[in-house]
Amino acid sequence: MKWLAAAALLVLLVLPAVLNSYAVTVFIFIFFYAFLGQAWNIVGGYAGQLSAGHAAFVGIGAYASALLSVQAGLTPWIGMLVGGLLSAALGTVVGYLGFRFGLRGFYFVLLTVAFAEVCRIVALNTDAVGGALGYYITFTGDPWQFQFQDNRVYYYVALGLMLIATGIVAGIERRRFGAYLIAIREDESACEALGVNTFRYKMLAMIVSSFLTGVGGTFYAFYLFSLQPAAVFGIPLSVEIIIRPIVGGAGTVMGPILGSFILSPLAEASRVYFGQGGWTGAHLIAYGLLLIAVVLFLPQGAYPALRRLWARAAR
Amino acid sequence: MPPLLHVSGISKRFGGLVAVRDLSLEMARGDVLGLIGPNGAGKTTAFNLLSGFLPPDRGEITFDGHRLAGLKPHAICGLGLARTFQIVRPFPHLSVLDNVRVGALARHPRMAEAREKARAVIERVGLGGKADHAASGLTLAERKRLELARALATEPTLLLLDEVMAGLNATEIAAIVSLVQRINEDGVSILLIEHNMRAVMTLSHRIAVLSFGEKIVEGPPATVANHPRVIEAYLGEEYVHTPAR
Amino acid sequence: MAVGLTLIFGVMRVVNFAHGDMMVWGMYLAWMLSTRAGIDPYVGFVACAGALFLMGWVTQRLLVDRIVNAPHEMQILLMLGVALVLENAALVAFGPDPQRVRSPLRAATIWLGPVFVDVARLVTFALAMVLTLALYLFLTRTDLGRTMRAAADNAYGALVIGTDVRRVYAAAFGIGAACVGAAGALVSPILPFQPAGGLSLSVASFNIVIIGGMGSLPGAFLGGLLVSVAESLGAVFLSPSMKELVSFSLLIVILLFRPAGLFGKTAA
Repeated sequence: MKWLAAAALLVLLVLPAVLNSYAVTVFIFIFFYAFLGQAWNIVGGYAGQLSAGHAAFVGIGAYASALLSVQAGLTPWIGMLVGGLLSAALGTVVGYLGFRFGLRGFYFVLLTVAFAEVCRIVALNTDAVGGALGYYITFTGDPWQFQFQDNRVYYYVALGLMLIATGIVAGIERRRFGAYLIAIREDESACEALGVNTFRYKMLAMIVSSFLTGVGGTFYAFYLFSLQPAAVFGIPLSVEIIIRPIVGGAGTVMGPILGSFILSPLAEASRVYFGQGGWTGAHLIAYGLLLIAVVLFLPQGAYPALRRLWARAAR
Repeated sequence: MPPLLHVSGISKRFGGLVAVRDLSLEMARGDVLGLIGPNGAGKTTAFNLLSGFLPPDRGEITFDGHRLAGLKPHAICGLGLARTFQIVRPFPHLSVLDNVRVGALARHPRMAEAREKARAVIERVGLGGKADHAASGLTLAERKRLELARALATEPTLLLLDEVMAGLNATEIAAIVSLVQRINEDGVSILLIEHNMRAVMTLSHRIAVLSFGEKIVEGPPATVANHPRVIEAYLGEEYVHTPAR
Repeated sequence: MAVGLTLIFGVMRVVNFAHGDMMVWGMYLAWMLSTRAGIDPYVGFVACAGALFLMGWVTQRLLVDRIVNAPHEMQILLMLGVALVLENAALVAFGPDPQRVRSPLRAATIWLGPVFVDVARLVTFALAMVLTLALYLFLTRTDLGRTMRAAADNAYGALVIGTDVRRVYAAAFGIGAACVGAAGALVSPILPFQPAGGLSLSVASFNIVIIGGMGSLPGAFLGGLLVSVAESLGAVFLSPSMKELVSFSLLIVILLFRPAGLFGKTAA
């Protein structure tokens, strides 16, 4: 399997040379959402704490780095770390409240949604960050300001982010941290009886996850140049984040990547196909149906299923 | 020599129901203490109090020189007090080895070491051939051994076993009894809740009997078996004057 | 609407994330009836309830039934999927713009003591009370209702005595959906609605149900009153767009301190 991954990586590295700009853009979104999905995977997939409000972290990271760049001239290369830290701060709060008060399952989901929505409403009503009109960044193409003339540079940045996040997840899986998270997902009380400080590990997962997601927010801001509260804090973005790991395989290293490669082209195709004539949102119907199908037939996601097929074929 | 476990006057009530009333126990290192009593007598609640899953309303618990008041279960496990659950809770999607490894990681943070340690424990409890099987595919007897192995992997000084024989047939019970004896001989103290009288009598150095949350009798097996209050608790007053067989 | 949600949860311990979106469909149905067939929503709500009952029944039989005993995350994700489908199907079918239903009652107002009251709202309120009472009676007086409550308390026990649990579940889901359909229709002349509104309706329902207690009918009712009052106060003292902030903040506080609500059962 390893050499297959290496070969795939090689292909991805040289692809921009042969693709047109539109195709490059598609891949950028594949990589970017895989990155966000991978970050979510840490707390949602491995630790099993379903957060449906991760867009909040994207939003905070985005607005933070955007504001710092435009108002204070701080390069987003540093701004992304600030954004990440601020997101991690929110993640700490949400995690602390959720885990200290013992919120599990449905209640935790609601908590995360509530926080994300609060962020959205606050941003919507705060004129200093543009309010309902949104916040705009003027395009200067200055690399120090995380802006690039060539689409292909964004491609490599996004690819890099995806690989870093995947590396982090793979590293976690190999260590005690990962084994504990997986066990917490299986049965938290049993873990406690085995000496696992479940609160500490869930918090750690949440903090790492929200930090990475916040960093992703900077990419979002400096690729799209416009921040709308509903788009960057809203439920649709949270759905985009979680659906890739879930379809691809939550709690696996390759799951979010596979999920993104399945879903992003699907979304793009349905947007193109149905986009004319005001059928916007049709791709979300496909998402919904896919989600239902996965839950009913492939609850562990596509990647574990593929792995089983592969193992059977190898015999 | 100070006792390994010193429980002094713990009580727990749920609303109007007093589950455990003024319970006191003591165990020395190497002891096997059996905890028996009719259903609902408060035995599992006592376990939950000892292992940190429930806070006592009153009373004190001292284990290996540490006061357990207010400690969370994982901290208590860290001090050397491990427990099994009455209804076994394996990690269903993980293999037997990975299950036990979670326990082993408590003392061996490095994954490779924990794996080796887990293997050793699995061998010791007799699940050697099943290390790579999914936990969900095991028989009940095997799951009990798994539960035991997992707790054992945390290298406890005191092991709380909650009805580890429940649901097993005579052969399986005999096997578990000898396993528990071996574990005790290796230096682990045992506090066990059990309904199977023969097993309890065989294993325990001393037995404590609970009824309606209170300890009514404590002593060596022979004394307890014939004690009128015990008979009364289990079978009712009418049987107290039946001569013991 | 909250009553419907709490019924579904109480009986099946499944949280219906698609609740709000079902309600939106109720609203759109009422709208269609009104514009195409000229039926006033205050009459047409019965049809809406019926249609949504069917939707609920079908959803339960086809989808929810399979995962009744699955881990919570699966249930959540399933209903999320249903919500996505419903919301975006509405978007595709009806477009994104807000709609309102015209009812002849809308313009009328009457004096009620010292207060000027909108007739439409009054009728909505009255009908909602009547329906809630009807549901309460159904659950306590009829056989099916009692069976439902038995299944809610102890699904296994109900199975043992021969109840067709799946049918009970389907009925519960159906009735829950019907409630929401009726609610949607009754409210359609008063509130503007759009496909994207599904989420805030779901959240409002959850808010109410959590405050009042999951699985408790009187709780849902009281919760509804409580939340409405709080929100209205919020709209008065803060700006109207911050009204949502009040409900979300309330939700967070309740989640932290009393997830079982005032009368509720906890998620088994």
